[in-house]
Amino acid sequence: MQGRIKKEWFSNIRADILAGIVVALALIPEAIAFSIIAGVDPMVGLYASFCIAVIIAFVGGRPGMISAATGAMALLMLPLVKEHGLNYLLAATILTGVIQVLFGIFKVAKVMKFIPRAVMIGFVNALAILIFMAQVPHFIGISTMTYVFVAITLLIVYIMPRFIKTIPAPLIAIIILTAIAIYANMDLRTVGDLGTITKSLPEFFIPDVPFTFETLAIIFPYSLALAIVGLLESLLTASIVDDMTGTESNKNKEARGQGIANIFTGFFGGMAGCAMIGQSVINVKSGGRGRLSTLVAGLFLMFLIIVLGDLVVQIPMPVLVGIMIMVSIGTFDWSSFSYLRKAPKTDAVVMLVTVGIVVATNDLSKGVIAGVILSAIFFVAKISHIQVKEHHENQQTIFTVEGQLFFASVDKFVDSFNYNVENKDIIIDFSNAHIWDDSAVGAIDKAVLKYRENNNTVTIKGLNASSKKIVDKLSISNHSNTKLSAH
Amino acid sequence: MYEKILLAADGSKNSIRAAKEAIKIASLIQNCLIEVVYVADFAKAKSDILHSKGKEELDFSRRQKLLPLEEQLKSHNVTYEVKILHGEPGPAIVDYANKEKFDLVIIGSRGLNTLQEMVLGSVSHKVMKRVNCPALIVK
Repeated sequence: MQGRIKKEWFSNIRADILAGIVVALALIPEAIAFSIIAGVDPMVGLYASFCIAVIIAFVGGRPGMISAATGAMALLMLPLVKEHGLNYLLAATILTGVIQVLFGIFKVAKVMKFIPRAVMIGFVNALAILIFMAQVPHFIGISTMTYVFVAITLLIVYIMPRFIKTIPAPLIAIIILTAIAIYANMDLRTVGDLGTITKSLPEFFIPDVPFTFETLAIIFPYSLALAIVGLLESLLTASIVDDMTGTESNKNKEARGQGIANIFTGFFGGMAGCAMIGQSVINVKSGGRGRLSTLVAGLFLMFLIIVLGDLVVQIPMPVLVGIMIMVSIGTFDWSSFSYLRKAPKTDAVVMLVTVGIVVATNDLSKGVIAGVILSAIFFVAKISHIQVKEHHENQQTIFTVEGQLFFASVDKFVDSFNYNVENKDIIIDFSNAHIWDDSAVGAIDKAVLKYRENNNTVTIKGLNASSKKIVDKLSISNHSNTKLSAH
Repeated sequence: MYEKILLAADGSKNSIRAAKEAIKIASLIQNCLIEVVYVADFAKAKSDILHSKGKEELDFSRRQKLLPLEEQLKSHNVTYEVKILHGEPGPAIVDYANKEKFDLVIIGSRGLNTLQEMVLGSVSHKVMKRVNCPALIVK
């Protein structure tokens, strides 16, 4: 226990602290931009990033992973904030945390493994598209100078990293361009136009909502969607960090930790968040491996806001927009295009449907659910393919069955036989088949009884052990004059 | 002489040619061990995870890239080990080579990712500049 705490916290102190500082610098513009996406004050995202990072450092299951306010979650919140206001969002955030803790306790993280790749690829692509679309109102048709600032920001964030590796490029863009905007007194919209920055630590308070069933009915759908999306992105990020660091992580502990972090965040005036792929990659690349890096990221972020709050409100919006465009380009899975060509057609369709539904509904959880259902249908359709071959041997008619016999394949199975024969010796061979459920047994009975009506004798053979067990238990033809033997 | 050789490989044609040169050198030396090093690139971590069915499959697909190269080594009865590192290819190879005190590093002149090399410079160039032992770059 003590050994583990030492390893997770203090085995990499220097690099963890430095990486944490780098992450804090990269987090600030994102926390502000995601607040704007969610339609709340920048402080809500900043408090969320501070609280979530600090709490998850202690209770998360994946050391070195960065969690904070995220785009995926912010996008889900917008309708709730618009209709009911901030307090309902905070209440929903707490409920999200409770749901995630339950997910962790009931080991739902394991179920997440069954979400197909195609859906996950669709998820990140849809997220990228939505983050980009959320920027459009902030830079299209405002002013020429807005376009210029967006363009310069993009140039800086893509070219700078080649020369300066230690300071995150978005921060360099912010410092240079904010300075220029202030100095030249340019007419650009700023963060201050969209909200205020409070230079104080978050305080505990209970969201001001009526504690009624009606409130629950309003926030529950949002909380459920937030819990699912948050967990999905967190577990995906955890797998990426696992791979980059060549270590393992505890996914159920992470689900629980995400929940605890969100509960705290809701009580301290922050919006729900989850793990961030981009920031976690920055952390690992900068040398962050332990829990200390996540803690430092949260603390340093808050420190910067308290010290530099006055400057933060002066950041021009086009710079944030440029940074968010970079985030959306980085989020998009560019290998999807070759995936669409190479992957099975059904997978490609699942991916496109997931993206399409998210973009149409603005709701990531709906896309994921639709994608999962669609791929389940494709899967059933694929394995329900059953083949019955007929051949004759020593005056016996032998049918060999190949495939999985279950509710989706029984119709085809029953229709595969030719029942217009009389006084024949018929053998149905199940050596290459598997019987899964009662509808399968019912279908076998049906075929057997139909043949028997015309005075045929029917023998069933080749059932494997588990198939025989279910047939013995459920079959009715078994109990009359038909021989049933398993070899 | 060169008893401990690091062969950096990504499965590209150049890395197979590099393996052939490594075999020539190894066949001249007794007790020579070749360590085949593959770097799982940080920049590809996200898409690798997204496009794999799971951890085991991902490990397997990385090993698979080295199969043609391993066949070469096997057919010439060279003693070798495979090591998969995680990081940015250039620095990861350099750190590992220097830390483990290899006698020789062998690497293909260019790898699979030509576009990235145009922008960021080639991995072989970085390795050659910063590794402490002799380096053999194979064209």
